Amino acid sequence: MSDTAGRQPGLSVLDRPNSYIGRAVPRPNIARLTQGRGRYASDISLPRMVHVAFVRSPYAHARIVRIDKTAASGLPGVVAIVTGAELAAVMTPWVGVLSHLKGLKSAPQHAIAVERACWQGEAVAAVVARSRAEAEDAAELVAVDYEELEPVVSVEAALAPGARAIHPELGDNIAFERVLDAGEVDRAFAEADSVVETTFAFGRHTGVTLEPRAIVADWNPGEARLTVYQGTQAPHMMQNIIARHLALEESQVRVICGDVGGSFGIKVHVYADEMATVALAKLLKRPVKYVPDRVESFVSDIHARDHCVKARAAVKRDGTITAFEIDDETGIGPYSMYPRTSGIEANQVVNLVGGPYRTPNYRARARVVFQNKNVMCQYRGVGHPVACSVTEGLVDMAARAIGMDPFEIRRRNVIPDDAHPSVSAAGLKFEALSHQAALAKLHAMMDYDARRREQAALREKGVYRGIGLATFIEVTNPSAAFYGVGGARISSQDGAALRLDATGALVCQISVTEQGQGTEAVIAQVVATAFGVPIERVRVITGDTDVTPYGGGTWASRGAGIGGEAALQAGKALRENVLKVAGTILQAQPAALDIRDGLVVDRDTGRERIGLEEIARIAYFRPDTLPSDFQPELMVVRHYVPRKYPFAFTNGVNACWLEVDVETGFVKLLKYWIVEDCGTIINPQLVDEQIRGGVVQGLGPALMEHCIYDERGQLLNGNMADYLVPMAAEMPDIEVGHVVSPTLESELGAKGAGEAGTAGAAAAVANAVNDALSPFGVAISAIPITPEIVLRALGRL
Amino acid sequence: MKAPDFDYVRVRSLDEALAALAAHGEGARILAGGQSLVPALNLRLLAPEILVDIGGIADLSGIALADGTIRIGAMTRHADLERSPEIARHVPLLARAVREIGHPAIRNRGTIGGSLAHADPASELPACVLALEARIVARGPSGERTIAASDFFRGLYETALGPDEILVRIEIPAAAAGERFAFHELARRHGDYAMAGIAALARDTGAATLRIAYFGIGSRPMLAAGAAAALRDHGASEAGAAAAVRALGADLEPQSDLQASAALRMHLAGVLLRRALKDLFPDAAGGREEEIA
Repeated sequence: MSDTAGRQPGLSVLDRPNSYIGRAVPRPNIARLTQGRGRYASDISLPRMVHVAFVRSPYAHARIVRIDKTAASGLPGVVAIVTGAELAAVMTPWVGVLSHLKGLKSAPQHAIAVERACWQGEAVAAVVARSRAEAEDAAELVAVDYEELEPVVSVEAALAPGARAIHPELGDNIAFERVLDAGEVDRAFAEADSVVETTFAFGRHTGVTLEPRAIVADWNPGEARLTVYQGTQAPHMMQNIIARHLALEESQVRVICGDVGGSFGIKVHVYADEMATVALAKLLKRPVKYVPDRVESFVSDIHARDHCVKARAAVKRDGTITAFEIDDETGIGPYSMYPRTSGIEANQVVNLVGGPYRTPNYRARARVVFQNKNVMCQYRGVGHPVACSVTEGLVDMAARAIGMDPFEIRRRNVIPDDAHPSVSAAGLKFEALSHQAALAKLHAMMDYDARRREQAALREKGVYRGIGLATFIEVTNPSAAFYGVGGARISSQDGAALRLDATGALVCQISVTEQGQGTEAVIAQVVATAFGVPIERVRVITGDTDVTPYGGGTWASRGAGIGGEAALQAGKALRENVLKVAGTILQAQPAALDIRDGLVVDRDTGRERIGLEEIARIAYFRPDTLPSDFQPELMVVRHYVPRKYPFAFTNGVNACWLEVDVETGFVKLLKYWIVEDCGTIINPQLVDEQIRGGVVQGLGPALMEHCIYDERGQLLNGNMADYLVPMAAEMPDIEVGHVVSPTLESELGAKGAGEAGTAGAAAAVANAVNDALSPFGVAISAIPITPEIVLRALGRL
Repeated sequence: MKAPDFDYVRVRSLDEALAALAAHGEGARILAGGQSLVPALNLRLLAPEILVDIGGIADLSGIALADGTIRIGAMTRHADLERSPEIARHVPLLARAVREIGHPAIRNRGTIGGSLAHADPASELPACVLALEARIVARGPSGERTIAASDFFRGLYETALGPDEILVRIEIPAAAAGERFAFHELARRHGDYAMAGIAALARDTGAATLRIAYFGIGSRPMLAAGAAAALRDHGASEAGAAAAVRALGADLEPQSDLQASAALRMHLAGVLLRRALKDLFPDAAGGREEEIA
């Protein structure tokens, strides 16, 4: 590994002449999007289209006694009012479990609640009308008689002995439990020079996408086919699931995903209201549109985190951390989400705690419980921010306990860069990580020693600044080990179809998807490089199950690493095919030719031989001039899935520099540095943007974002005024550095970058706040860190 | 969400507006800049029968100085206050405060009359007009009347305006030589409603004329009369500042909400007072940084 290149120059496909790998080329879709010419699912309008609004339960837990549609039905524009029981005749319920999460259980969930609502905001009836406004007018008049049931709100209450089970048939409220015990944990604690221990609390938050979820479903009885326009990360997964629960063949369902205004993991799940929309289209035989408003989004988009982790670590005087032990409890709402389940986040926490370090002794327990709150599931960084905050919080506590600098204790404990391949205490396999190089780079970038001097000088003046560090590892490029082995029909492989068109340009249809992060740019760069054309000659098509090869889509930081490799192999294969045609036309050996910058040239001299348009012209319009036994193949398909490693782990380290106003409790972020290693960097600007955006989505919950529930399970701040999304004015300058350790599993060598920033940001903030407050001898281990929490810790309230 | 159906009329004169109010009574809502009203409609928190848009009444906006008084038309946008040289020179407190109102898009539409009539306790301008001893001029069926700012704010979103009245302008005494002000606001994010804020004004260099107004603390903007009295009695010394902070306990009625508890708000009110005193009386001990913690 090195800072500049992971491979010998001139030897790999990445270093071809006119390579776009490592160049910040603009995204091909940027002009269209900035001119307002995007086509989001929210923009779709079809003839005869109607709109649905949902009547949602005002109670966290209630029996639905009676639904009276009379008053609502009479309003102008109302097309249908449909209850859960009525919709159940069209759509079957689902259960969100995976067989490899042993013991994970959940109850059947319907598209619209039948008999019982289990969280405040669960849909209990659908109102379909000519306009959304008319549907909302009528929804207000649907009279629902509820019998309020006692809600189970806190995790503590859900786990209490004798707690009433939300789903009595499941016996208790524990959806999933995992226990891990590696090495000799008890001995390590017994022999420790110091043991540090605390409880970390993580508030529930959500991912506020710029464009809300959006879906238009169009059932065409004439061809018995359903077309679904949806803002989704996984079109093929949705195709499979919609077909299954409507009792259709997959071939009867087409999912089209146009532009998407941000996903962040929010749009990779199966939402009951979206499934209801699809079922309504089938029932009513006309297009139905559903775009939740923000108030609905807060009670129906998945929430994330909501963990409470009791944790401790054992440390020796020389800084060696000898053991970690955690006990994690998390609440997931009343159902495990389908089909990825709500057990994954806690499972990741168990996997990832202590991950950057050599520490061999590790014990963990995680319990995932049902409760009457909105559903919880995978959001950007799944489990990483929790594991990272716990680990890095303990490491800082250990450093303080033995009087060691926080940088130094990390240097001494990270897995050395030359120790790979390696296996963590939790059993994770690492192909190549670069903790030492990343720490060294960060130390220089932030001028660590100068910051410490500045901090000391300011403290004299009553200004309290802090430095917080956080190393992390990140799951990317998942193989079938993530979902497929658990029985979910979620593809871990992706495919790219590439063809030369009649003008010598390329069209790439690929199964990974674009959510605004630049997938299409990265794919175009890889194709242009591997094949040998200017990037303007590559058009990338994503997001249509009728058009692209079969694949997983974009989630778990897999678009560039997996989709990119499929595109690379397709580019190489098509180049070979085109050179065969060129060789035939030129009566030359294909091996003596190459394609560079859109021209077929002599490989050795670079002399121009023939243009691609001419090859296409001959192959498509004058094949009669070619030998009769030669068939040009100007379209190829290649697929890719990682096989050697279950995940391509990446790593990095964060540093946060902030100031705590000890009078007001306000925290001001001053500067942020992050060094990450995502392997081959295809587009440095897009990687930096991903990292920065990820950091901001980690900083939000560290300081502001919090879904606040009362004791009756009512979400109190479900709107954009009271739920504080981080805004530009409060965000620090974020400097991004890179170390490059390509994965050798793929020729491209790219790992994921999309979630790296989110993994460690909250940990860096909390550590910096505690560093700033260290003169007062207090520490905070709950996020979000609000002024109230800071002042209470300081004893000033 | 979509707003429920309502009627809409854009009036050309105050008389037309007053006639519309008289015709529809409580069912009418005046639309000024719409920055609070439109979100409330879209959230279906309000369902008026009719919106009376007063944006087309030409003589309702503008800033003018005459006889030592600044007159600001009710439809004057926040952005106009922000850019006005008259406001910067003669009402510098307002020029400072207006920068904290929402974001540029909100300031381009929002109006001073709308903000005062809406009387959101966390808004900047109501507290400013209290500190400035402004007079609020309303017009109703029987003509104009002038209401002292200190009599105008009655409670949460509640003012002295009758349902048949329209706020037409604000009159503020122009700044005298030696006048000083302080303005501080604590919000989690720039542009948010304040978690706590202070607007303080001293008409001369001493503490005798000091007026201290708070916003974001209770159900309405509040004058801290007890704190001001303590500072009059003791001066801006450390003893005066300490007495003033103590007096806030009786002056203010802090409320708890999702952003802050009442205890936090009371604490922040004290911190803000110290900071304001430091701005107003930089040489006095009461604002000294080390005394604050």
